[in-house]
Amino acid sequence: MKVWIAHLAVLAALAVLLAVLPAYHATNLARILTLAVFATGYNLAFGYTGLLSLGHALFFAAGVYGAALPVTYWGLSPLPAIALGCLAGGGMAAMVGLLALRTAGVSFMIVTLMFAQAGYLTLLYFGQITGGDEGLVMPDATALIPGLSPDTARAVIAFALFALALVLSLAVIRSRLGRVMVAMRENEERSRMLGYNPFTVKLTALVLSGLFAGAAGAGYALLFGYAGASFATIQYSILPMLYVLMGGAGTTLGPLLGTAAMFYLVDGAARITTATLLVVGVALVLLILFAPKGILGTLRERGARWIP
Amino acid sequence: MKKDLLVPSRRSVLKGMGAGLAASAFPGYTWAQSAPIKLGFQLHRTGIGAAYGRWYERTAQAALKVVNDAGGIGGRPVEILFEDDATDPKRGAEVVEKLANDGCDLIFGPLFSHVVIGSAPRAGELKIPYLVCSEGYHVASGMLNRWTLQPGITDVRSQVSSMAPWVAANLGKKVTMVYPDYAFGYDHRDFFTEAIKAQGGEVIAQIAIPPTETTFTRYLPQIPAETEVLYHVMVGPAVLTFVKELGDFYGSGARPQIFGFIDSLEAVDTASPGLEFLEGTYFWEAMNRVKQDGQTEAETAYRAAVGVDDTGASVTDAADVSTYSHMFSVWETLHTIKAGMEAAGYQSTADRQKFVEALEAMTTMAEGPGNPQGDKVFNGKTHQVFGHQNISQVTGGKLLRVHRTSIEDGQYADAVDYTTMSF
Repeated sequence: MKVWIAHLAVLAALAVLLAVLPAYHATNLARILTLAVFATGYNLAFGYTGLLSLGHALFFAAGVYGAALPVTYWGLSPLPAIALGCLAGGGMAAMVGLLALRTAGVSFMIVTLMFAQAGYLTLLYFGQITGGDEGLVMPDATALIPGLSPDTARAVIAFALFALALVLSLAVIRSRLGRVMVAMRENEERSRMLGYNPFTVKLTALVLSGLFAGAAGAGYALLFGYAGASFATIQYSILPMLYVLMGGAGTTLGPLLGTAAMFYLVDGAARITTATLLVVGVALVLLILFAPKGILGTLRERGARWIP
Repeated sequence: MKKDLLVPSRRSVLKGMGAGLAASAFPGYTWAQSAPIKLGFQLHRTGIGAAYGRWYERTAQAALKVVNDAGGIGGRPVEILFEDDATDPKRGAEVVEKLANDGCDLIFGPLFSHVVIGSAPRAGELKIPYLVCSEGYHVASGMLNRWTLQPGITDVRSQVSSMAPWVAANLGKKVTMVYPDYAFGYDHRDFFTEAIKAQGGEVIAQIAIPPTETTFTRYLPQIPAETEVLYHVMVGPAVLTFVKELGDFYGSGARPQIFGFIDSLEAVDTASPGLEFLEGTYFWEAMNRVKQDGQTEAETAYRAAVGVDDTGASVTDAADVSTYSHMFSVWETLHTIKAGMEAAGYQSTADRQKFVEALEAMTTMAEGPGNPQGDKVFNGKTHQVFGHQNISQVTGGKLLRVHRTSIEDGQYADAVDYTTMSF
């Protein structure tokens, strides 16, 4: 119960922040929340189930285009489009998972990476429809929620997506399924001996993760007005991993913290130096040296054992 | 009671204090009048566009110095805030927000199409003028918005179309095109095919190269034997391999005329080992990187200001070849910003709309210090500028101009009227 209250308090704090921050930072927060949905999904697969995927860009891009194409070609309104994007991400994860989960470890990384690359090239191949590398411009953000200003609508949608993702992720990891997922991560063979089917558990985790990635991709495209094949590049597989590693893999709030930290690290570094990537690199090296379990993971290890 | 001058009354003390306050406020007032105009520059400092970004930044700095030395904009000094967008559309949109939040009066400078298309919606929503130096057809095609304009460089549709008359008349009418299999390549494919047809020629084969390809030997046999002109545009490092393999393919035997777009070789020395096969072939150049006979005074000044020597390389490092056919757009855009702001009587960010309207009202830009690439025609409806293009031949490893197109060669029917859209 305490854990639930803590999480609801975080959500309440986010809602207040969205309402009181100046427009620029509120928009940044909406961005961070949307990307944190992606990271939260990644965390379910990687942090809790131990599936190190390099193919999540494909699920994110499936969400981007699952929403962007119906909006562009059929004039679908944004909210149902986000639902479609979410399903597209989950569906893509199911298809990839069915094949890629026959492998594990490094092979799994490589196979998922290959699928993502194939997805990227497919988006380029159908450039007439997808806009390819140039991409598509989404409708004006005033259409997001009729009657609401773009900034308000963006904040509402980003918050709703993140709140849903956080609650769902917490519910999953506190459920029986969540504990089996952790068992798979810790010792797959022993779990199998106990009667669990690793394939089904891992596939379920991957599909859940894909649903999150899809919702994030759909939200991102519609909230910020752009869909393009660049969202399927390897960079978008690495980003959620960095967010999760920085915030703390296997912690529910780590992905949010990691996303925010990375965002403001890049943003802040650019104010003091042109070598922003160097700053990010040094920060990551320091993280690995001094807090290999990420921010929340390290706090948990150092005594705050209640952090879920 | 008689007033004693030596014993000041309360009123005179107050008057004196008032005058003192006004006097002390005066320097502040003049300072506010001359507070700098802040321009945001969305820079490809890292990522795939870094070679271009490096030169775009240098050109912007050089143009900034020239503008400030001449009194700034409307008497106010100008400063530029550079922000790296990593040549990524997601970061590009964030950079637009950041620069707008930092109080920039407008944003300019991006080159890569996907960054422009990813960022323009945010600029439109934030109602901040967004002046791109991208040469993409996305502005004039109507894809973007009222706040996005391209006053510094001719778009690829116009560039490509303007090549057709000379190619058909001088090189041949049966053309085979080799282009990258993504949007940039499709603009070439579609618009050149259409333009050469209008000249009585035809494209007899279109060979699209997937972006992941590192070797081209399996595509070269697809070039039909009756090809008179081989038209190539390949952006990226693969161009060196492409040229070498093309050389191996034709050997010392007969080859078709070869015409290409310099985009592949921007920031690359045409005399590099491996590019010998390019000798005698032709290239589009927006601006001739090698100093030509009869170079205008304006271009001489421009070349010196941006630090480019007579061969097109940096004056401090001969191996650092410029992106000469693109970077002038930054220089010209900054000068157009000056002209537009002064025409609009621009005072503060509240005048952004007036500034866009002032740009839309522009029709011609005369060749001169602000437009060293040449005179231009600006179409306020499509937000796109049109200028002269050049065709150069590689002679002794150097690009020498053989033809300069007219502006009319590159004009096409309007696809959009942005002026009818709301702000």
